[in-house]
Amino acid sequence: MSLTARDLGLFAIMGAVLAMVAMFQSPQLAVTILNMSLISAIMALGVNMQWGYAGLFNVGIMGFTAVGGLAVVLIAQPPVPEAWAAGGLGILLGLMLGVATILAAVVVYKRMSPSKLRGFAIFGVLVAGYLITSYVFGPAKQAVQAVNPASEGYLGGANLPVILAWPVGGIFAAGVAWLVGKVSLGLRSDYLAIATLGISEIVIAVLKHERWLARGVNNVTGIDRPVPRPVDLQPQPWVQSLAETLGWSVSQTASVVSGLGYSLLFLIVLAILIWLAERALNSPWGRMMRAIRDNEVSARAMGKDVTRRHLMIFVLGSAVCGLAGAMMVSMDGQLTPGSYEPLRFTFLIWVMVIVGGSGNNWGSVLGAFVIWFLWVQVEPAGRWFMDLVTSGMADTSALRQHLLDSAAYMRLLTMGVALLLMLRFAPRGLIPER
Amino acid sequence: MEPLNALVSVTNFMLIPAFAYGSQLALGALGITLIFSILRFAHFAHGDTMALGTAAVIGGTFFLQAQGIGLGGLPTALLAIPFGILVMVLYLLAADKLVYKYFRQVKAKPLTLVMASLGVMFVTNGITRLFMGVGETRFEDGQRFLFTVREFREFTGLAEGMALRSAQAITIITALIVMVVLFWFLTRTRAGKSMRAYSDNEDLALLSGINPERVVMITWTITAILLVLAGTLYGLDKGFRPFNYFQLLLPMFAAAILGGLGSPIGAIVGAYVVAFAEMGITFAWRRVFSYLMPEGLEPTSMMQLLPVDYKFAVTFAILVIVLLFRPTGIFKGKVL
Repeated sequence: MSLTARDLGLFAIMGAVLAMVAMFQSPQLAVTILNMSLISAIMALGVNMQWGYAGLFNVGIMGFTAVGGLAVVLIAQPPVPEAWAAGGLGILLGLMLGVATILAAVVVYKRMSPSKLRGFAIFGVLVAGYLITSYVFGPAKQAVQAVNPASEGYLGGANLPVILAWPVGGIFAAGVAWLVGKVSLGLRSDYLAIATLGISEIVIAVLKHERWLARGVNNVTGIDRPVPRPVDLQPQPWVQSLAETLGWSVSQTASVVSGLGYSLLFLIVLAILIWLAERALNSPWGRMMRAIRDNEVSARAMGKDVTRRHLMIFVLGSAVCGLAGAMMVSMDGQLTPGSYEPLRFTFLIWVMVIVGGSGNNWGSVLGAFVIWFLWVQVEPAGRWFMDLVTSGMADTSALRQHLLDSAAYMRLLTMGVALLLMLRFAPRGLIPER
Repeated sequence: MEPLNALVSVTNFMLIPAFAYGSQLALGALGITLIFSILRFAHFAHGDTMALGTAAVIGGTFFLQAQGIGLGGLPTALLAIPFGILVMVLYLLAADKLVYKYFRQVKAKPLTLVMASLGVMFVTNGITRLFMGVGETRFEDGQRFLFTVREFREFTGLAEGMALRSAQAITIITALIVMVVLFWFLTRTRAGKSMRAYSDNEDLALLSGINPERVVMITWTITAILLVLAGTLYGLDKGFRPFNYFQLLLPMFAAAILGGLGSPIGAIVGAYVVAFAEMGITFAWRRVFSYLMPEGLEPTSMMQLLPVDYKFAVTFAILVIVLLFRPTGIFKGKVL
């Protein structure tokens, strides 16, 4: 399904708006918005696969993007040899023991016939496993975290090229999604929502708390970037001559060039994903998915294994979210677990998908651009609006100050209103499914 | 071996806080379960509506405090609760009229209604933050403790102390009263019976002349009352931060699902199970065991199963176990 003239027009308008931002505000801002829009577009694409193709309601996007972000640290950061020497083996052994405990419990559950004895056996296995695991894991963790805690205190990564972290981030997210999907798919549709909401909170809790893994709330900064940093670009002669031609300062030019480098990489990823997604959607597989979405009962009657198909698409969509999460962390060059908020990373993506048009890949992309643009621009607009409303008051008025300070929350309000208006008046979105 | 001290310690640090927290969760989960059984969708705006209701109560409290009106030893917020309820009834009815009613009329899929509740969540969240910001607001006043650690020690002569905060006592008492009244309402009054009939079988209820819009209105009104009470009690107990209210969504849903979605008694039982499990698993048992174990065998570690940061993991684990083994919940709720 290609784009109609109307869709192209919508994209052109969006491009023109971004160009205006570059002209009237600043080129850096335009590039920042562009890059984050591209990443959001990939997340929205992942969600659209789950919701638009299969009707699965995932409210754990934040968790999947964060897991993807973790991959960047584990792949690109240099390892910390002292930490590995101090407790690396203990940690690995502890993790394996933990997994073995759960597997043992599953085996007991499968092998024994349902009875009280089975309950006790499972409980015993879990308690024993927990005690052994924490006996091995606890001291190792403490030892690792004690290694140079101001700058390290974690195991570090594999020191591989950072680009490699992107697919790995997708794989990590896919693994988490498989676990969640296995448990909650096949039950009521709302249950998946609650389960994903839960797992995303847990992922963030793990990232914040397990300092040996990625330094927790101390953040990992200075991660390798796939594109030269603006500071490294500034001395380049071609950047300087470009700055002269454009009449911008050198630092501004360097940051725009660096940003555009990311844009190019992100565009390539997005293009590949869209191509794949469109191919899949228009293949027999895509028709089957839509048949399942539109009428599960008939699809089941046709012999389709609905739960398995759901699991498959849930894993795929989450992997795309993980990929986007990894891209975001490698753009920022840092992993900050404290910055993951459900409103920003889960529900905002949902607004993008609904506003853009669920079931249509191009719609998700457009929705991501529109909503991210609003998200960035509503705050200054809100401040301006509040300024206007309160201009009659004295500058020292407490109410005026309060309203000006809280202008930032206007964006939440705007997003909610946008979502509700779209649901009510154009439930099929800006670019409807065809 | 000092079992009495151990008992006092566990009561003070775990049982009382868990009971209070469970009561707050129960009021919230009751709202979720009511909306689910009447309107048939998962109300995602629940946490944020609770925050807005609490914000209204806080506004009222500050107004009353400025006027010098108070309740003496009790928190002023109790006086402001009717105002908060009024605001939230109007807010939820307006939300229903502007948002949900249309989707009901076109018989939209449940997930569309969930989506709409996400929109309401955003708007509510924005409004709350416009008024309150994101920081913590404390609005507890009056006498903070019914009895303090020192008074308890002097009275009983035990080494271990126990305190009862008035917020906790008020929470537990209010929650119990509300639950009794709610059950009386649902089983004894005409409006309550029509709600249950509508929840059981919509078509049959319509045939017997029950006005669905009236049932919906009553449901929102009761939800508003429950929300404001739950939010205010939680805020009195732990302080008001909008984000914490959003995060309550998970334990509240877990409680409702655990008890069986659509079953009021299930929501209450589920809430206490979630609360006690969360507190029990993230509680450092060292102190308690140091009284229980014979001398020389006192535990050296914290005896904490999981760090407090993982309380959501506990909720989640409970949820997973229920989903795996008994998707209908303890009290056989609806499974569609």
